[in-house]
Amino acid sequence: MAWISETDLGTKPAPDSARTVSLRIDGDTVTVPEGTSIMRAAALRGTNIPKLCATDRLDAFGSCRLCLVEIEGRAGYPASCTTPVTEGMVVRTESAKLAKLRRGVMELYISDHPLDCLTCSANGDCELQDQAGAVGLRDVRYGYDGANHLQAAKDESNPYFDFDPAKCIVCSRCVRACDEVQGTFALTIDGSGFGSKVVASADEGFLPSECVSCGACVQACPTSALIEKTVTDIGTPDRAIVTTCAYCGVGCTFRAEMRGEQLVRMVPWKEGKANRGHSCVKGRFAWGYANHRDRILNPMIRESVDQPWREVSWDEAIAHTASEFRRIQAKYGTRSVGGITSSRCTNEETFLVQKLIRQGFGNNNVDTCARVCHSPTGYGLSTTFGTSAGTQDFDSVEHSDVIMVIGANPTDGHPVFASRMKQRLRQGARLIVVDPRRIDLVHSPHVDAAHHLPLKPGTNVAVLTAMAHVVVTEGLADEAFIRERCDWDEYSDWAAFVAQPERSPEATAALTGVPAADLRAAARLFATGGNGAIYYGLGVTEHSQGSSTVMAIANLAMATGNIGREGVGVNPLRGQNNVQGSCDMGSFPHEYSGYRHVSDPATRTLFETAWGVSLDPEPGLRIPNMLDAATDGTFKALFIQGEDILQSDPNTHHVAAGLAAMECVVVQDLFLNETANYAHIFLPGSTFLEKDGTFTNAERRIQLVRKVMDPLNGYADWEIVQLVAQALGLDWQYTHPSEIMDEIAALTPTFAKVSYLALEEHGSLQWPATDAAPLGTPTMHVDGFVRGKGKFVVADYVPTDERTGPRFPLLLTTGRILSQYNVGAQTRRTENVAWHAEDRLEIHPHDAENRGLRDGDWVSLRSRAGETTLRALITDRVAPGVVYTTFHHPDTQANVITTDYSDWATNCPEYKVTAVEVSPSNGPSEWQRAYADQAARARRIETEAAE
Amino acid sequence: MIRAYVSGDMASVALGADEVVAALAVRGVEVVRTGSRGLFRIEPLVEIDTPEGRIAYGPVEANEIDAVLDGTHASRIGRIEDHPFFARQQRFTFARCGVIDPLSLDDYAAHGGWQALDKARALTPQAVVDEVKASGLRGRGGAGFPTGIKWQTVLDTRSPEKFIVCNADEGDSGTFADRMLMEGDPFCLIEGMAIAAHAVGAGHGFIYIRSEYPFAIRVMQAAITRAAPRIAPFALEVRVGAGAYVCGEETALLDSIEGKRGQVRAKPPLPAIEGLFGRPTVINNVLSLAAVPFIVAEGAQAYQAVGFGRSRGTMPIQLAGNVRNGGLFEAGFGITLGELVNDIGGGTETGRPVKAVQVGGPLGAYFPPAMFDLPFDYEAFAAAGGLIGHAGITVFDDTVDMAHMARFAMEFCAHESCGKCTPCRIGAVRGMETIDRIVGGGRQPGGLEAMPQMRNAAARPRDRAAEIALLRDLCDTMKFGSLCALGGFTPYPVLSALDHFPQDFDQPATAQAAE
Repeated sequence: MAWISETDLGTKPAPDSARTVSLRIDGDTVTVPEGTSIMRAAALRGTNIPKLCATDRLDAFGSCRLCLVEIEGRAGYPASCTTPVTEGMVVRTESAKLAKLRRGVMELYISDHPLDCLTCSANGDCELQDQAGAVGLRDVRYGYDGANHLQAAKDESNPYFDFDPAKCIVCSRCVRACDEVQGTFALTIDGSGFGSKVVASADEGFLPSECVSCGACVQACPTSALIEKTVTDIGTPDRAIVTTCAYCGVGCTFRAEMRGEQLVRMVPWKEGKANRGHSCVKGRFAWGYANHRDRILNPMIRESVDQPWREVSWDEAIAHTASEFRRIQAKYGTRSVGGITSSRCTNEETFLVQKLIRQGFGNNNVDTCARVCHSPTGYGLSTTFGTSAGTQDFDSVEHSDVIMVIGANPTDGHPVFASRMKQRLRQGARLIVVDPRRIDLVHSPHVDAAHHLPLKPGTNVAVLTAMAHVVVTEGLADEAFIRERCDWDEYSDWAAFVAQPERSPEATAALTGVPAADLRAAARLFATGGNGAIYYGLGVTEHSQGSSTVMAIANLAMATGNIGREGVGVNPLRGQNNVQGSCDMGSFPHEYSGYRHVSDPATRTLFETAWGVSLDPEPGLRIPNMLDAATDGTFKALFIQGEDILQSDPNTHHVAAGLAAMECVVVQDLFLNETANYAHIFLPGSTFLEKDGTFTNAERRIQLVRKVMDPLNGYADWEIVQLVAQALGLDWQYTHPSEIMDEIAALTPTFAKVSYLALEEHGSLQWPATDAAPLGTPTMHVDGFVRGKGKFVVADYVPTDERTGPRFPLLLTTGRILSQYNVGAQTRRTENVAWHAEDRLEIHPHDAENRGLRDGDWVSLRSRAGETTLRALITDRVAPGVVYTTFHHPDTQANVITTDYSDWATNCPEYKVTAVEVSPSNGPSEWQRAYADQAARARRIETEAAE
Repeated sequence: MIRAYVSGDMASVALGADEVVAALAVRGVEVVRTGSRGLFRIEPLVEIDTPEGRIAYGPVEANEIDAVLDGTHASRIGRIEDHPFFARQQRFTFARCGVIDPLSLDDYAAHGGWQALDKARALTPQAVVDEVKASGLRGRGGAGFPTGIKWQTVLDTRSPEKFIVCNADEGDSGTFADRMLMEGDPFCLIEGMAIAAHAVGAGHGFIYIRSEYPFAIRVMQAAITRAAPRIAPFALEVRVGAGAYVCGEETALLDSIEGKRGQVRAKPPLPAIEGLFGRPTVINNVLSLAAVPFIVAEGAQAYQAVGFGRSRGTMPIQLAGNVRNGGLFEAGFGITLGELVNDIGGGTETGRPVKAVQVGGPLGAYFPPAMFDLPFDYEAFAAAGGLIGHAGITVFDDTVDMAHMARFAMEFCAHESCGKCTPCRIGAVRGMETIDRIVGGGRQPGGLEAMPQMRNAAARPRDRAAEIALLRDLCDTMKFGSLCALGGFTPYPVLSALDHFPQDFDQPATAQAAE
């Protein structure tokens, strides 16, 4: 694809395009939706009126005064960006007078601008340069000796972009992007008149400011006042390829802008339906891990984990892998081996791994990292609604009136969607936050939650049931909806249950910590405030009652009639780029692709026919069961693609013991991750930039991942799995991932109409894409629930077995931070460490005072499972009795602390509740030191013994 | 007991009114603090209640009180209404100013207060709007837009919430009518706003007063508190500016009330449709709103009968600068500039010949005496290359350097620019620099332009004529390109100075005066 600069129509589309208006522009009749600006109307017919402050991502501003036009019958020269079209209007975009005015304005701009365009990093990609040419400026009669800003100092503090105020034309596009698009309000115009300047926060520089480095300002800047350091270093890009981000489940699409084989920058794609042209610091900037020096590019093997790694050829590594699995299965049985698919890899790669296991290994011992995040979502929503996925698209939030966020921190975890949500909140939608912590959404610029219910970790079900109690006992349930769409008897049973006095907000307040009056008010608002939408995250699922909580959410949505149209729904915010996809692709031990049970003969026959083997009808082992079986000596080999279970799974000691008990652990990854410390075969993986495929985001949206460069390691991940399969004797002959998708579509009803051709044509598809809905399904359960009648499930609150007591008086809950991603394998290998170089323990000032802790002190964090040390961050963002940390850094290993309690239905670990004690410490624990030693030994790579 | 009336107006206090009041109090005189009558040459002014009416003395020093009390003071004026400065006026808006105790509800009611509100509330909103339309009242802030039409737009725009905003950010140098009215007859403004609220269906109003008006802020706040039950359910509050001239521009003012940086908004949307907090908003000047009670009480016809051409009713004109009779003069439109400056204003305070008057504040045009037959009328002034603005007239004698004044206009614009639009933000600074070069006789090409790398710059000397041509081009860019009237009107003083006083751009005026 050649370089195509995205077209910019200058102003946003008209909000209500039902009626059209005809007008004349430069002699031609143009018909556009009512409310369209003259600028946009002209651009749609191909007339680009000169402009600098206008861009179609932002509200019209009218400050640069280049876009003036003449309108018959009107005095003066109105700005075309801020003037809407009217019927019969006659507009001239060019005249001698307009040319003179525009040149006059441009002459002023250039009288205060550097003149060294040819050596400027935006040379050739600068709107000021373009417009100076367009208006025909040839001389600046004021000379260049007047007052100016050319001595202003550059701000190079941000690791990804520079701000050069001398090149700033004060168009406010950056400020407006920060306000309107991102919603952080970090930038402002300081001073007035000629002294006006862009500053971050209180003029403290970009890095120390509130700026979250989403990149919207850099994207909005028409000059090189704000520009990516990579453009300065490399030069402007010469081609662009649209692809999908490999970080979180929002699934932003980006233009990978290239020069040759070199990635210059990632720019969010305006047409992207998930992100609508916006981005966050990770997708926009944190891609440097792709060529980080830590990346392993050659296959390696070793006999035992105390040996150093030995680099081998791909042939040897693949042959060794196949022979080890065959050897172990011969010795310990068919079911003694298994594999783990990756939510970081493509649908096609995930499908191949589970196929390798089912077809090649002959068992169902496949699981995926969704086990530890959203498996309760699958269980809960499929039980109640009939589909293991969220009900809406992201656009839906634009129609919401009340938004309830439970156990999610979107501004950190799903920042691009959070910005969309904040746009809606600024328009007047009301917000309810249910979270133990005072997350940013509770109170941030121009966003205030109507209610924050700061519940005690582990009491989700009690809180949701109390809300349901209010809805039912105060007569706020949507009876018409329930009678039409749900099973009335089941509803009646459920309603009788939640209406019991002991479920009331008052009766449960002591338990949940949520004041009853607040809870009642929140429930009333949700039930009566118009379109109510629920968004939730791992704060819901990663509990011993994760599945119950998901069902309690579904119950509340059905009881209030908030399902089946835009603006409502139950929406899991998925953690990983392709966690939805990996679940869809049959990564669970009991399900084929499309969530069909392995014991179902019809489905099994379908796959047996397609794959030419007989398949195991018994569900296989889940990850924790595999580890248990390994320590028991019955499970001996594991193929892990793109997941670091040692760092990400709970109770690190137990995971390590399980891995150590295996005879062959294969890790396919970009880096020697923590799990690789226990691996015998390392197969270097490829990044999302190096492969074709698809990811499915949290809205069930299937989007293309496009290869922008050749794999540094030699093969895309799907090719590596195919090589292993071929070495095992399977007849796999895929030449392109599109053929894998064709197989998925043929075998999976909900993917029936999905193909690369369709994806190219439509940009993306939201499954189910079937004959009935060939273009996909943005909103689920519109005319009826997928399962038929919506099912109310009585979800009784059962306290977790993990209790605080004298030895462990505090509750630990864990989460993420904006700049880091999960176990940090990628983000720790980028400049994002500038914002978060270590995990910190958030602790309330009261609890810190009791323990004699000061901010920044080293503390020991102990649970029944283990102990680690990290530094304290004293903040009232957490309630007394609750501590919080992130799990991005292996030095900390927060999962040494977490226990092996898990969700009753799905085994999803209870990461969010661990009873702990915190005490002062001098530094890393003994375990941390031992672990660091082991890791250093395990990561040795044997160098050629040439000298 | 003797009762005296002394103005508590900020200008009167500046001239010593408080000391006079103290002296009166010592002598057991009951003093009623009023607003100012509006002629500062006779301030501090003391009026004594007598059987013949209120007998005025002024100016009066504190140590001359005994002479006032015994009627022997040399500055005895007699009944103020008979003073020629006042006798010539038609006080529709300022009828009560200087007469009543500004914060006395009884005084206000006794002088015709609230009649208009009661009458308006008995009418349909449309009937009130029709009355204002029929009066021909136009926006007194400077733009001269018909007030009734603005109200009609707000009335016709459906919204759950509407606002009345009073622009009391009276920032033009040489203007003070808003302040005088707020300090001297605040209930009149409140009544006007309450009528507007009824006419368009607004529930809440704001009076945005510049911070430089502490007296007006205090008086308005007290008056709002006292009048609250009378105007309910309409509610009012004062918002205080923070020193930015541009916040007198209506959309910047709305941003400022909303708590934002005071920056001009692009129009459309009109504030009448999307104004304060995005709601339909009547935003009017103090004088526009304060004219409404008269119009409603006396009828549109009574107001409309006075005036000239399309400029109907009266205008409170403010005479300032180097003028003998500085003060407020309310008169029907049509009075000539010459009458105002010479007959009413009495010529310059210094006694030297008048060289120029600037009409309409710092962004108004300068007129030479040759144009003194110009009638005070929106259209006549526009045709003559000027504007009435807020009806401030600033008088200069023959020592003024008009090139300096032109530069001051650019400097004022540069100082007060919000910085949003380019012509104003950069243009004003370039304007100052260009006028400096004109006065300096032109310029040689600068160091950068003379470099061989610069092929396109005109590397020739620029004489005064070239710089004047550049200044005219710049004024053109600012006038037609600026987002609001600040940048758009700055060319008026600059070009009028250049057109009417070209000799000042060749050599300093002081040198001319000496010749």
